[in-house]
Amino acid sequence: MNATPVPSAVQFHQLHKRFAEQPLFQGLDLALPPQRITAVVGASGCGKSTLLQLINGLLRPDAGEVRVFGQPLDYGDLPRLRRRIGYAVQRIGLFPHLTVRDNIAILAEREGWPRPRLRARIEQLLRMMDLAPALLGRYPHEISGGQAQRVGLCRAMMLEPPLLLLDEAFSAVDPITRAEVHARFQALQHAEPRTVVLVTHDVAEAMRLADHLVVMAPGQILQTGTPQSIRTRPADERVARLLETGA
Amino acid sequence: MNRRPAGERVGWLAVLALTGLLLIVGSPAAAPPAHGEAGTITVGSKADREGHLLGEIFAQTLEAAGFRVERQLGLGQTIVTYQALVEGEIDVYPEYTGTLAHAILGVEHSDIDTLDRLVRRQGLRVLPPLGFNNTYALTMRRAKAQRLGIRRIGDLAAHPELIIGVSHEFRKRQDGWPGLRSRYALPQSPLGLEHGIAYQAIREGSIDVTDAYSTDGDIERFDFMLLQDDQGYFPRYLAVPLVAADLPSPAVAALRRLAGLLDERQMRALNAEVSSTERSFSAVAAEFLAEHGIVFGESATQSHRWSRLGTNLIEHLQLTGIALGLACLVGLPLSLAVYRSPRLARIVLYVAGLLQTIPSIALLALMIPLFGIGVLPAVIALFLYSLLPIVRAAITALLTVDPLLVNVASGIGLTKAEQLRHVILPLAMPNLLTGIRTAAIINIGTATLAAFIGAGGLGEPIVTGLALNDYQLVLYGAIPAALLAIATELLFELGERALIPAHLRESRKL
Repeated sequence: MNATPVPSAVQFHQLHKRFAEQPLFQGLDLALPPQRITAVVGASGCGKSTLLQLINGLLRPDAGEVRVFGQPLDYGDLPRLRRRIGYAVQRIGLFPHLTVRDNIAILAEREGWPRPRLRARIEQLLRMMDLAPALLGRYPHEISGGQAQRVGLCRAMMLEPPLLLLDEAFSAVDPITRAEVHARFQALQHAEPRTVVLVTHDVAEAMRLADHLVVMAPGQILQTGTPQSIRTRPADERVARLLETGA
Repeated sequence: MNRRPAGERVGWLAVLALTGLLLIVGSPAAAPPAHGEAGTITVGSKADREGHLLGEIFAQTLEAAGFRVERQLGLGQTIVTYQALVEGEIDVYPEYTGTLAHAILGVEHSDIDTLDRLVRRQGLRVLPPLGFNNTYALTMRRAKAQRLGIRRIGDLAAHPELIIGVSHEFRKRQDGWPGLRSRYALPQSPLGLEHGIAYQAIREGSIDVTDAYSTDGDIERFDFMLLQDDQGYFPRYLAVPLVAADLPSPAVAALRRLAGLLDERQMRALNAEVSSTERSFSAVAAEFLAEHGIVFGESATQSHRWSRLGTNLIEHLQLTGIALGLACLVGLPLSLAVYRSPRLARIVLYVAGLLQTIPSIALLALMIPLFGIGVLPAVIALFLYSLLPIVRAAITALLTVDPLLVNVASGIGLTKAEQLRHVILPLAMPNLLTGIRTAAIINIGTATLAAFIGAGGLGEPIVTGLALNDYQLVLYGAIPAALLAIATELLFELGERALIPAHLRESRKL
């Protein structure tokens, strides 16, 4: 199943990582396809979020290698790397002292984007995420949870990163709102296809959004493949049980 | 609807403006006082009225002899003033032979020549006495003394119920209370209080007896009575100019002309003149010197209280502004360096807290051997005092920043510096400003004490007023200081508005 003709967007090679002297990954090998949405599912504590933070360098492997678009991570200049990797997390992490506009624009302003380009990109993102321009002047505590999640996605995608990491980014809102956010996200992916790695505990969400699925148990990969192939042919009992309880 | 009342750009401009303002207000005083310039002589004095007056007489005498004179009058108690002379911060001040022998040199009472020989080892000289003997004495209300039949110090032994309140210095000095008590077998144990408020306390009846100087003009003015030292306990306290040995000989010659000019009656009259009339020290000194043909005409150095007020206010702003600015410049990076390590943070807070426990007067006195007198030691002391509130607030502020937000800031690709400037500091700002505001208010209050070591400021009228029993003069310093504190509160309120979005402001939580 790993045999994709195009080079992998993200690749883990013989990766070792321990936490508090407890080994989590021991020789992990994993490759994620480019221009696709990959969903990583598994019980909490299995190392899903760790996987994400290894990609953008928030965590460093004890041994082995992480490659992004064929290049080994340059830990010497992480900000540069991270500006090419969008990042959104569960509690959204909008900065409470900045307006919606300033939250979205924070990276582009550091990059020194000219104002017209900045304004145009923000307008484009708002349209795709179905957010009213009036929200731009508000502070995060003045908008709804669903709006905040979409603002978080706008911030992550502002610099048009080729890779987007989403850590439970659609959780913590009610099902109706989540369905809305999903729809906007899919529309966006259609308009600007990019490599997405989505970590979620919600198997239904993974099944709905993902092109490619990674099923994890603590410290190991149980199965990878399309949602369809995994659903019809689960590799073992654990995968089958996870799909059942999650679905 | 574009609502960006606290756009961060505006906020940081405000920070810059505020810092700039502090630096502008602060900068002139950053230059060290011009001591030791050729032709400039610095005259000092202790904080009492007679010290001021004699200092002014010395100053005008030297000015008449062609010297430029800088006045550091009202420095503090004996040790502070003596240290200032030894350190070369001042060149001359009026001292008393008894004080020099007992309190400073620790020898039995000696004649002028012996004292002169002893202080030469310190690079000082004793010039000939001015004439009067201002010895210690005990005094009480005449009416009460007559009612109880008290005339002599020895009579106090029969009235253990009398409350004695003496100056702190007198209470401790070997030639003060301890010796007096054993000589006369006095049963009372005295309260220690500022000499400046002792007379007020006697008039109000909260104490009965206090120490006084025999030339004190207030004794006659308030109808107090000096108790006779029938056993001859108090040594002679002849007023002398105590000078640096390297004082130019024309200056020494000028001061020698004052020898023998002042007897006790005359000194008492001059003292009464400044305490009972509105006349300034310089006016009274000028009149006296003119009568004796040393200075002709009134001195040009008279200054009016109101015009001094502006100078005092500016000096006060400089002292507090520089100290606060320095404390921010040191405290903030220090807090940033240690806040992640609970151990280091605790050590820093402990040291800063320790500094805070030193009484301000003591801290100021400790600065003298290290930095001399004047603005520099005062700024350093105030700086040390400001550190604790700023560091404590900064560490708390930094620790309360949501770690998720810091993680996100790093994860989306902000550099360390950008995380600090755009996320961590703005989020810490409410608590941080509260700490800086506290430090500013403490500073404004504590800076009034800086006048004790010659740093000027609004403490100058307060210290002088206390020494002179002139409560109006005290208010000339106290009221502006209080207004300054209120104005500072308001300024910080405005700063908060400019820097922090409404929903994150600390003041909203009050």
